[in-house]
Amino acid sequence: MKNKIYLSVVIIFLIFCFVIFYNGLNSSNIYTPKINTKQKLPIFEAKDFYSNKSISSEELFKEDIFYIVNIWASWCVPCRKEHKFLMELSKSENVKIIGLNYKDNLNNAKKFINELGNPYSKNLTDKNGFLSIEFGAYGVPETFIINKNKTIVKKFIGPINKKTLNQIMQIIK
Amino acid sequence: MLASQIGYYSLILGLIFSFTLSFFATKDLTSPSKKIDQNIIVLSFLQFFFVVVSFLCLIFSFVNSDFSNETVFNNSHTTKPLFYKISGTWGNHEGSLLLWLLVLTLFIFLFIIKSINQPKKYRISTLLFQQIIIIGFFLFVLVTSNPFIYVFPVPNEGLGLNPILQDPALAIHPPILYLGYVGSSIIFSAALAAVIQNYINSEWAKHIKKWVLISWIFLSIGIMLGSIWAYYELGWGGFWFWDPVENVSLMPWLTLTALLHCILVLERRLLLTSWVVILSIASFTLSMCGTFLVRSGILNSVHTFANDPARGIFILIFLFILIFLSLGIFFIFHKEQYKDNKNFFWLSKETSILLNNWFMMYFLSVVLIGTVYPIFLDVISSDKISVGPPFYHKLIIPFLVPFLIFMVFGSRLKWIKSEISNKNLLIIFFTISITISFLVTKNFQVDLFLYTILIGTSLFLFFTTTVEFFNRKKILSQTVAHFGFSLFILSILLNSITSSEVSTNMKVGERYNYEGGEIFFKKIEEKKEKNFNSIVGHFKITDNRGDIFNLKPELRVYNQPIIITSEADIKTTLLKDNFLVMNTVKGNEYFNIRYQVKPFMLWIWISVLLISLGGMISFLRAKNEK
Repeated sequence: MKNKIYLSVVIIFLIFCFVIFYNGLNSSNIYTPKINTKQKLPIFEAKDFYSNKSISSEELFKEDIFYIVNIWASWCVPCRKEHKFLMELSKSENVKIIGLNYKDNLNNAKKFINELGNPYSKNLTDKNGFLSIEFGAYGVPETFIINKNKTIVKKFIGPINKKTLNQIMQIIK
Repeated sequence: MLASQIGYYSLILGLIFSFTLSFFATKDLTSPSKKIDQNIIVLSFLQFFFVVVSFLCLIFSFVNSDFSNETVFNNSHTTKPLFYKISGTWGNHEGSLLLWLLVLTLFIFLFIIKSINQPKKYRISTLLFQQIIIIGFFLFVLVTSNPFIYVFPVPNEGLGLNPILQDPALAIHPPILYLGYVGSSIIFSAALAAVIQNYINSEWAKHIKKWVLISWIFLSIGIMLGSIWAYYELGWGGFWFWDPVENVSLMPWLTLTALLHCILVLERRLLLTSWVVILSIASFTLSMCGTFLVRSGILNSVHTFANDPARGIFILIFLFILIFLSLGIFFIFHKEQYKDNKNFFWLSKETSILLNNWFMMYFLSVVLIGTVYPIFLDVISSDKISVGPPFYHKLIIPFLVPFLIFMVFGSRLKWIKSEISNKNLLIIFFTISITISFLVTKNFQVDLFLYTILIGTSLFLFFTTTVEFFNRKKILSQTVAHFGFSLFILSILLNSITSSEVSTNMKVGERYNYEGGEIFFKKIEEKKEKNFNSIVGHFKITDNRGDIFNLKPELRVYNQPIIITSEADIKTTLLKDNFLVMNTVKGNEYFNIRYQVKPFMLWIWISVLLISLGGMISFLRAKNEK
């Protein structure tokens, strides 16, 4: 009898621990901003990847089309995988892809582009990662879709795959 | 490329062998033959062999810088020295799990061939429990953390190993630590098997003691290597930071230490059986829990982006399956052979070991709570806190005093019924210790009362164990380990009160006078190595006693990935370490210099080695007894 009480107490306690850890895992990134969809585009100024000149966000998003902001880095292996889908996207005329090179080494990043192709109409450097945080990014890679009203309408965490590519195609149609 | 293929398929073969092995073992469990089926031994060897092949393939890919392998691409670089290419194999998530598997299969193979004198059913049950763990890890590796993923197109160059991991102590730290961690899996499986087969007796205690000692020795040395690394690579001059990653290695150490003592009681008196079983289960589950906490990224605030939550969930579920399984077995099968409490006389070795257990449990709960409380709090209330050294110091240090005093008496007691001999001698020792301690402590600006008592009691233990070296009746292993422990606490305490630090900004050619002497920044010199460029500062330090040292701290700029590390230069002598580290000051010709004098550092390492040596002596004794 005593044993049974012990057992049930232990089991209840362990289940409690399990639930805590399970939830802890799902929110394991301790400092994360909230998902900012349906939000106005942040206003910023950034350095161009190639020329190192400053560009303002207004100038960058001035055309009346859809924009995609893709956060990438040469050290990020999933970025390698999603790259071919970005190449495919870049063929579409309805959209321009803007790359945000996150905490990267410039030479490695250039090698990466030379090797796999350049889907970006413009590439920005984000050496210290502030701009990505401004966008509300969780990590690399991440992709934001910006509509004609300059609002972030959709965001994809992690690499783009076949399925998400189709979703994007639907949105920008 | 080919190596990756071979490695991958060997892993799958290994998994298949695990299933076949489990099948044969289950069949053999019910067969009337007294000897173990020869197939089981062969299969167990094959299982180990294929994991070895797979591991060698990964090493081979690293050595060859085969960047078509994702693990190699992420963690290696062509300019890395060979030594670090090899150690890079286990310096990452995938490779370290492969190492887990390697040790798991190695240990069960050794267990099967080394336990011939044990009952057959017990051996096979142990094998089966171990197979549950092994299969779990095989699946974990293959499903969520395959080290042989192919990258296409093949990159020309890898991303490099984090430079602060490129260090000799850290290169051998994981394998040794894992031998300790994973070694406890055998204790876990064997304890469960013994419970099921009703084989918890002195015979079993004698046999499992050796396995407990192996894990314990490796874990002790592994933890020490980690902290040596932290001491000279992280450049703070500290050696233990109460970081969650350190804590998770300390927790199984505490339970193993308690287990080690309990086993002795079980061997002699067939008492504390529940303790032995629970501690055996706890040691391994805490090791697993450690792996979970470190590997899942649940603890890290500096999270790695590519962290796959599936990994954490897999290992969490697996961990809880093991916990529930072992608890179920414990509650259903375990029968207390004797009423524990009735057989204890208050002044006896067994009582003191029981008390030792409670102390260990207390230290364990402090470390456990400090480590997981932030997670619980974050999930329940989304408050973010981090638990630092003051928490641990406040809760642990006061308990060290009774713990040390009790160690003096506990180890002098005899089994069953005893009394304290040589009371006068002890009183004299105690008085001398407290007096010396008072005379030493009053020269320093610290809490006089607390430190007098702390240093006094550790000196007390130091003296009494020293005397025991001359007592032939005492067990040498125990004396060495306890002596090591007293030396350990003593060195830490003296180190913490006598350390001094100077921090200043200097440029080349400057002299700086501080309280204890003069620092002269002679020159800087640039060096080029294969995988880094370094700036070496030449310093001459003249202290007030007229001693002159030349210290050459380094700043290394690693090329892949580009990270600056600062390598402290440490001049170690028997009595003190002189520790100098320099850092750049942004956009300036000045360097930030930190000079520390840290007495008794060497003795901290020596005492840990002594503690482990105690374990080794005991292990060799146990082996010869057979």
